[in-house]
Amino acid sequence: MSVSEKRAGGAVGSGPGRVPAQMSPWRRALVRSRSWLPGLLLVSPSILLIGVFVYGMIGWNTRLALSDRHRPVQEGEFVGLTNFVSLWQEARWPAAVGNAVVFTVVFVGGALLLGWFLGLLLDKGIRGEAVFRTLFLAPMAVSFIATGVVWRWLMNPAPAERATGLNALFVHLNLDFLVNDWWTAPDLGMAAMALPAIWQLAGYVMALFLAGFRGVPEELREAARVDGCSEWGVYRHVVMPQLRPVLLSSVIILGHMSLKVFDLIIAIAGQQIVADVPAVYMWAMVFEVRDPAKGATIASYLLIAVALFVVPYLVWSVRKERSEGR
Amino acid sequence: MRVRRRSVAAGTLGLVLLASGCGGGGGGADQVEVFSWWTGGGEEAGLEALIERFEEDNPGVEFVNAAVAGGSGTNAQAVLEGRLQSQDPPDSFQGHAGAELQDYIEAGYLQPLDDFYDEQGLREALPDQLIEQISYEGEVYSVPVNIHRSNVLWFNPSLLEEAGVEGPPETLDELVEALEAVAEETDAIPMAVGAQWTVSHLLESVLLGSLGPDAYNGLWEPGADWGTPEVAEALETFEVILDHTQEESAAEDWQEASRRVADGEAAFNIMGDWAAGYFDEVGALPGEDYDWVASPGTDGTYMWLSDSFTLPVGAPNEEAALSWLELVAGREGQDVFNPLKGSIPAREDADPAHYADSPYLESALAEWQAGPELAGSFWHGVAVGNRWKNDVDTAVGLYLGDGDLEAFNDALHEAARSE
Repeated sequence: MSVSEKRAGGAVGSGPGRVPAQMSPWRRALVRSRSWLPGLLLVSPSILLIGVFVYGMIGWNTRLALSDRHRPVQEGEFVGLTNFVSLWQEARWPAAVGNAVVFTVVFVGGALLLGWFLGLLLDKGIRGEAVFRTLFLAPMAVSFIATGVVWRWLMNPAPAERATGLNALFVHLNLDFLVNDWWTAPDLGMAAMALPAIWQLAGYVMALFLAGFRGVPEELREAARVDGCSEWGVYRHVVMPQLRPVLLSSVIILGHMSLKVFDLIIAIAGQQIVADVPAVYMWAMVFEVRDPAKGATIASYLLIAVALFVVPYLVWSVRKERSEGR
Repeated sequence: MRVRRRSVAAGTLGLVLLASGCGGGGGGADQVEVFSWWTGGGEEAGLEALIERFEEDNPGVEFVNAAVAGGSGTNAQAVLEGRLQSQDPPDSFQGHAGAELQDYIEAGYLQPLDDFYDEQGLREALPDQLIEQISYEGEVYSVPVNIHRSNVLWFNPSLLEEAGVEGPPETLDELVEALEAVAEETDAIPMAVGAQWTVSHLLESVLLGSLGPDAYNGLWEPGADWGTPEVAEALETFEVILDHTQEESAAEDWQEASRRVADGEAAFNIMGDWAAGYFDEVGALPGEDYDWVASPGTDGTYMWLSDSFTLPVGAPNEEAALSWLELVAGREGQDVFNPLKGSIPAREDADPAHYADSPYLESALAEWQAGPELAGSFWHGVAVGNRWKNDVDTAVGLYLGDGDLEAFNDALHEAARSE
């Protein structure tokens, strides 16, 4: 603010002739401020709140992560990246990261494929499209906790003789070979953990893709058809390339949800190493073990991981806006 | 720096209060605010009975029940932490007696209660070993109101008969034989366990049964040696027992594991004595559907855990808080609370008549009053603080995943060394 006042003052000094004589410098500044002050006042509460509660807290968290304050009562000295390195030397953290990666790959990949496929089917014009659209979108209205409670039962890992949930269905259909351990399998159990998440968000991805499909002008498709393109070719070469923005935003939305997944895991598995992910680990460190520095370190890693998804997107969209001259 | 941290904590607390819609923490002169996580079942009924008694004894003092819901107090502890950091403590709060309070003590949140113990004659009323195990550097900081037992073997009598096992196993070797017999002769699950924490719970009973109370208690001294052949042997037994558990255990909690015993789906389950209350709830009959003994190798030893109340530094109404502590420490208060909660009083002079309705509580009280050896439960926060407990639980979880017993032993050793 002081800068603009100075500028206003400078203008008074340099060209007094252009200023009406009866207007005092104060009044001039006031008139000028009409162009920017209301806007600034309007956004300043959110600037202030975001500054304190997002960036201020990130800064505070980073300071904590770089200290050795491993008990709430300690003051904590600056120790650099020690905490960030030592996490990788223990057994639990790499396993939790591995779980998060498996979960993310299966969840993002699965939700994209299923969502894209459902969108494609609806785009081809199905009878009662509105009904299907609502049906596929409905799971989004359910919280991860509720989804988790139901899927915890569906994915009960009991063997054939005591099977319940989906395993019981398999036994009933004489598909015993499909009976499996679900999320309790030590290596790839997290792939099963991704199923409820896919179920929940595939409809959302479908809606995004459907909007994308509908956004492609019919003339383009017709032109391709006239040129002798097969129906699959129309999608492959004409429609899909235009959906890259949709794909990108879906990946980012799903990706950041997946990296910080917490509620679904707690509802299905609780705190167990077999389904450990960084967010659950962080919670245990902060609220149970009460190790502020370690909790803050894990939080920092989560932030970095999400930033890896979000920052390239921001850069890309800013560039795009510029190139489009907006 | 300190001031800044305090203001940030106060800000956070302010937000929490705003979010939960409860304005104003402090309180007037004529009230006592007691913080706990007793919000359901017998626990809540017991607390209500205590509150009623308190209001009778202290007319004019309003009782503010600041209970926060959530099993074993994890939610409550998160809320409490905020209040303590911003120096807005309740007048008294619940905590597991023993090392779990260590963090609060080190942070200077709690007042020592030695004088209170002397005044109330608690040193005579409570077992010496109990006071020793809840002391921190020679001082006591909490008043235990009840005692639960962790080392109980629940079994299904008819399944044992079917498997040709004569009587419940008394040693770990006998347990292993019985498990093998059940696996061969019946379709039942030999040993039911639940999610990871119940396996940690099982571990403490196996360690106690294999090593005996002295060596077991010694394991939880900071820097203890877990690299001994005795520990290795105990862990091998642990592995054999785990081989006889059900595949789907990770998807179940303790209730399902215990229910399997009462329903005849499993022969054995090692769980704390809160299972007795659960069996009553589901209508199982003691002696018929289920029965119990001390877990193998631990007869005569009480692996205990306890809910206790504290006196925080800066409690707004210290006098009223002391009246509350007097009530929960007293014989009458404990006899009002415990039959409802489904636990036994920590005092040795309780009146057995109050516990005659429950066969389990009656037998447990008789055993407690006979002066058993005491061992502190590690999982339930008596023997170790949260950090060490979490390290052990992580080691158990990793072992359940990879089955590497040697790495498991090393991790346990490392956890003890790093304390």
